[in-house]
Amino acid sequence: MALKMVKGSIDRMFDKNLQDLVRGIRNHKEDEAKYISTCIDEIKQELKQDNIAVKANAVCKLTYLQMLGYDVSWAAFNIIEVMSSSKFTYKRIGYLAASQCFHEGTDVIMLTTNQIRKDLSSPNQYDTGVALTGLSCFVTPDLARDLANDIMTLMSHTKPYIRKKAVLIMYKVFLKYPESLRPAFPRLKEKLEDPDPGVQSAAVNVICELARRNPKNYLSLAPLFFKLMTSSTNNWVLIKIIKLFGALTPLEPRLGKKLIEPLTNLIHSTSAMSLLYECVNTVIAVLISLSSGMPNHSASIQLCVQKLRILIEDSDQNLKYLGLLAMSKILKTHPKSVQSHKDLILQCLDDKDESIRLRALDLLYGMVSKKNLMEIVKKLMIHVDKAEGTTYRDELLTKIIDICSQSNYQYITNFEWYISILVELTRLEGTRHGHLIASQMLDVAIRVKAIRGFAVAQMAMLLDNAHLLAGNTQRNGICEVLYAAAWICGEFSEHLEDPLQTLEAMLRPKVTTLPGHIQAVYVQNAVKLFAAVLTRRETAGEKQAAQETTEMLIEKLPQFVQSADLEVQERASCILQLVKYIQKLQAKEVSVAEEVTALFAGELNPVAPKAQKKVPVPEGLDLDAWINEPPSESESEDEKPKAIFQEDEPKHSRPRLTELDEQELARRREARKQEQANNPFYIKSSPSPQKSYQDTPGVDHIPVVQIDLTVPLKVPGMPISDQYLKLEEERRLKQKQEKKDKKKKKKKEKHGKSRRHDSAHTESEEDIAPAQRVDIVTEEMPENALPSDEDDKDSNDPYKALDIDLDNLVSGGGAYRPLADSEKLPVRTHRPSRTEGLKSPDVDTTAEEQRPKKSKEKDKKKDKERKKSKEEKKKKKRKKSAPTEELEEEEQQHQGEQAEDKISTEDTSEAKEAKTNDVPAAVPTEASDLDFWLATAPVPSKPQQQPLEAVPLSEPESPKESEKDQEESSSKHKKKKHKKEKEEKKSKKKRHRSENVESEAAVHNGTAEEEEEEPLPPMSNYCLLAENSYIKMVYDIQGNLQDGSQVVVSVIFENNCTDFLKSMEFNVLDSLNTRLVRPSGASVHDGIAVPFQLPPGVSNEARFVFTVQSIVMPQKLKGTLTFIVKTEDGSTHEKLDFKLHFTCTSYLITTPCYSDAFAKLLESEELKVNALKLDSINMPFHHLLAKICFHHHFSVVERIDSCASMYSRSIQGHHVCLLVKSGDNSVSIDAKCNEPSLLSHVLEEIKQTFTTAS
Amino acid sequence: MIKAILVFNNHGKPRLIRFYQYFPEDMQQQIIRETFHLVSKRDDNVCNFLEGGSLIGGSDYKLIYRHYATLYFVFCVDSSESELGILDLIQVFVETLDKCFENVCELDLIFHMDKVHYILQEVVMGGMVLETNMNEIVGQVENQSRLEKSEGGLSGAPARAVSAVKNMNLPEIPRNINIGDINIKVPNLSPFV
Repeated sequence: MALKMVKGSIDRMFDKNLQDLVRGIRNHKEDEAKYISTCIDEIKQELKQDNIAVKANAVCKLTYLQMLGYDVSWAAFNIIEVMSSSKFTYKRIGYLAASQCFHEGTDVIMLTTNQIRKDLSSPNQYDTGVALTGLSCFVTPDLARDLANDIMTLMSHTKPYIRKKAVLIMYKVFLKYPESLRPAFPRLKEKLEDPDPGVQSAAVNVICELARRNPKNYLSLAPLFFKLMTSSTNNWVLIKIIKLFGALTPLEPRLGKKLIEPLTNLIHSTSAMSLLYECVNTVIAVLISLSSGMPNHSASIQLCVQKLRILIEDSDQNLKYLGLLAMSKILKTHPKSVQSHKDLILQCLDDKDESIRLRALDLLYGMVSKKNLMEIVKKLMIHVDKAEGTTYRDELLTKIIDICSQSNYQYITNFEWYISILVELTRLEGTRHGHLIASQMLDVAIRVKAIRGFAVAQMAMLLDNAHLLAGNTQRNGICEVLYAAAWICGEFSEHLEDPLQTLEAMLRPKVTTLPGHIQAVYVQNAVKLFAAVLTRRETAGEKQAAQETTEMLIEKLPQFVQSADLEVQERASCILQLVKYIQKLQAKEVSVAEEVTALFAGELNPVAPKAQKKVPVPEGLDLDAWINEPPSESESEDEKPKAIFQEDEPKHSRPRLTELDEQELARRREARKQEQANNPFYIKSSPSPQKSYQDTPGVDHIPVVQIDLTVPLKVPGMPISDQYLKLEEERRLKQKQEKKDKKKKKKKEKHGKSRRHDSAHTESEEDIAPAQRVDIVTEEMPENALPSDEDDKDSNDPYKALDIDLDNLVSGGGAYRPLADSEKLPVRTHRPSRTEGLKSPDVDTTAEEQRPKKSKEKDKKKDKERKKSKEEKKKKKRKKSAPTEELEEEEQQHQGEQAEDKISTEDTSEAKEAKTNDVPAAVPTEASDLDFWLATAPVPSKPQQQPLEAVPLSEPESPKESEKDQEESSSKHKKKKHKKEKEEKKSKKKRHRSENVESEAAVHNGTAEEEEEEPLPPMSNYCLLAENSYIKMVYDIQGNLQDGSQVVVSVIFENNCTDFLKSMEFNVLDSLNTRLVRPSGASVHDGIAVPFQLPPGVSNEARFVFTVQSIVMPQKLKGTLTFIVKTEDGSTHEKLDFKLHFTCTSYLITTPCYSDAFAKLLESEELKVNALKLDSINMPFHHLLAKICFHHHFSVVERIDSCASMYSRSIQGHHVCLLVKSGDNSVSIDAKCNEPSLLSHVLEEIKQTFTTAS
Repeated sequence: MIKAILVFNNHGKPRLIRFYQYFPEDMQQQIIRETFHLVSKRDDNVCNFLEGGSLIGGSDYKLIYRHYATLYFVFCVDSSESELGILDLIQVFVETLDKCFENVCELDLIFHMDKVHYILQEVVMGGMVLETNMNEIVGQVENQSRLEKSEGGLSGAPARAVSAVKNMNLPEIPRNINIGDINIKVPNLSPFV
């Protein structure tokens, strides 16, 4: 029976291939998920089989399931198995699956390196092709690094099929491994002229992709591309090149001039719409880049606009869309030429296609003027009402606001109209842009003073009807406007007709359903309104009514006090107490209105969002400079040095404005006005009648005039913006009439001269006077604001790494910078270990040179010889060109660099490089090449060769020069490299406190001088904690900077045995004074799990925090480490006892101190004195200091000859001062500290250090 | 760069998905759903470009699609690609499918997803356009099918696999012979030999 079952399942298993699976899924529509899960079980069975065909079939099915959304990453290893099959059929299945589901996080991906390498070099081109295709989808930085060289070789494969794939994949390799760009670039450039069009196209593709991100590095390729453009007939290639030129022209206007003609020719000649469109696009880019320099391209603009109009009018929606898209680019620089097609664009607004409507909307932005703004917005409002999809409606909403608010509300002539529009927009349900409307309301109300009265009335109405807006608060973004409404009503309550009514509206129970931040604003502004109400009542003498209001407030406020939102709760309870106090005062018949109003006195000015950033750095202030000596690396950088010599004085908080009496307030206000008057950046609110508004809208002195009350303020219900349109028209008509009248009068005076112009009079922009004289207060900026408006570039841009200078790489460049050995692509050798790389700077270069070559490994020999010959050639050259000492030095460095690098290179690029090195003459610099090419006005037939003809003139000079350049650049490069190495070192330091590195840091931290002294011996603070045959522990204790009662114990665990150690647990017996900080919930007897396991030979560091109470005495704590040793036979529990020694030194923190502060400190009497004498010390003085600094956490304050003062501070703030004097063979240390016990122990420990050391 | 190529039918069922940037599976499905939602509500006579796919890329990215009978072919591309060029490319891809499958229909894509992938791999590689010449594409695809055929293909695999498994299980079979069950088993297995 069992066999029957097995057989049955085997039958099914093997019957089911991809087609069966698909069929099965289609037949199980009802229980698809269940069916698939059984299929996955079967697949798991199949994957367990040894037969590769079965596995491949299973993987193929998995690929299908992956498409349906099933995670198949669990089969990653099986996929690799299938990939490594020798048969193409299976291999292809494996690579397909891998390309669908592998990614950088797939851990088994590193297993594929060798398999892929094997496939890349397979004699079968399709094996190679499949591997390349697969790799292009899942290449990781590691794979890119390891395979870059193999792929580069494939770029010169005999089969174009492989070549084009290899060229394309290089882009992915560059992205993941930017270092490969420089070595690979020459070959990539070669491929631009490959005989196979496919390969050529691929190369163009890759370079365009690269150039798009960092165009300036590819400018020198322009002549080559130009040649391709004029010779190629492949539209794909043409489009790419033309797009590339579009990216290059902004960098080089001369290029644009050169391009215009051929592009225009193409526009006229091509029949391919795609090509035509790209040409137009690039011409536009050229025109934009030229717009500042040459205005004389109106013909080209006309041509573009004409062509675009044809596209827009085309019945093909795609062309229409693209036409609008390109039009918007012209709009930015040549708005006039687009504006003439306004009719067409407005027509597109009615298009049934949303994409097209959106594009038309974009264009609208640039088409508005004072004259047509209201009209256009009205049209948009109709669209808003009609729009069904929320996305389009939201887009409309933002566009309306964008259009109206652009360039500081430049086109708005009637702000009442705008407020009404905003209020109308609040009727939109379910929009996401409530906050946008709200911020506009706030902005307008704050900055346009004249409109406040109207705005407040409208906002009060909104608050009154809040229930309509806040209907379904949770998903309705529109309730954000209530935030603005409440704030405006509160802040400008003096404009309210009936503040009490608004106050009541704001305290309705329904309000508590609003989001917390809105409620908070409600509460705050309720008080402002309350103040307004009180003022009115008291001035009217209605004390009773005032008290009633207070009572109402006391009654309503508790509903906010109960709010779940902390902000609301806090404000409400605070205000409730205030109001209760007011009630008490009122009961005593005290008039309180004035005082309550004073709470909110003073005006808020709008501040520009970037104001803070723009504050100029005062002269002489270097923000990058250290204010104090940089702290030693054991301290975190953000620690602010506390005041050492005097206790922090309690800071007096700045007196609040409200505490000032009225007189003082007035005085300050006056002073501020004075200041503002003298500040050219502040827009005065005081009327100055000299200038009129319409000339300089919102820029300078603008008179504030009362609102023209021809517009009825009281609108029943919600306001209707449409009526403004009519009113506006009437008003304008009236204005025109008036003007005409005036003119007529003038004319009459002039006896009717030139009457015919009268009828032709058209209304121009300037003729429209705004309805209200408005003062648009500009946002405040700091004095001398920096004009630069740097865009914050995305620092995470993956393409940044590819910003590599390539010009001087190509042979013939004047500043030819050859590939350094380190830049060569790693080839198939085992990777050099890190330590090897780090050692390099110290390697004695001359020794390296002299060492006999025979001692080298055989396979490196050849390589070495090549290097040697290269060097010799160089030497010869140098002899010719009169070598200087400097050059000699250079060379030595160069050799050193070569010796440094132990990676052997088999690649031919080096040989080639040597060759190019050999013939540096006769080729002009790349830059001048480009210049030359650009300078020749007519299109040169063979741009490549012309520069060559120009050379002979300068030939005698050029070789030397280019060589020099080369020298310079290579030295530059060296410096760079050196830096890099330093950085590497640093990072390594962080990773692991390796001993000798640490010593270096210690010297730096204290000593200010940089004398050339003997190098310091390596030092380490880590001392042995315990050791047995399994594990070794070393530890170091550092004070915790953040917490004065804590120290951090860093323990390095090192696996001593050949077995795996796991489940390590660290535990100590706490003393009363010193306790291990355990996770909450753990008892004092619980240990702390070490957060890692240790494979054989590995070490890792864990940190444990201890709290200490008294630090004046050293301490010892007993502890145990328990762990499990996992051997082949099983696992055993082991333990290791240890004693943790908390020295007094470990409570000290390296703290820099200035000499004057130090002197003051010594003068103070609180410090106790102690002294120490060390005999028979024969180490250099600076070593001694470094040791004290390093081991005992001191810093050097001052050093004079053989005498130094040192300082340190304990975690609990004790000062420890040392005066170290060095005599013959002995050192005396005088010490002062405000804790004698601590001091004596520290001195004891210092003594210990030097006695054990010597 | 092309960021993703999606083929789904009028009901949003995926027929081919090819992401050139990693997204986890659930995200992929969400992108398909969102894209389908965006594309399916559009009339056939509106333009083939779409912005606003929020899940992939953002503002620099566009959806360019074509609708053939029951299938949508959607390419998600960034601004370095020519819009009309990609439309042409979709056409090239579909015509290639048509040549390789001889009158391609949705069923071909359903049952031969792997083959469609192999064809696509000759058109686009790693998000970049590899080849636009249809004859070249078809030639390479055919060469590879020929190579597969010469190896016996995957379709021949199950039969051979069973025989392999049978051989592998041989030592177990004799053990069962004694039970007497063999009369039923062996004839059943024999057709595969």
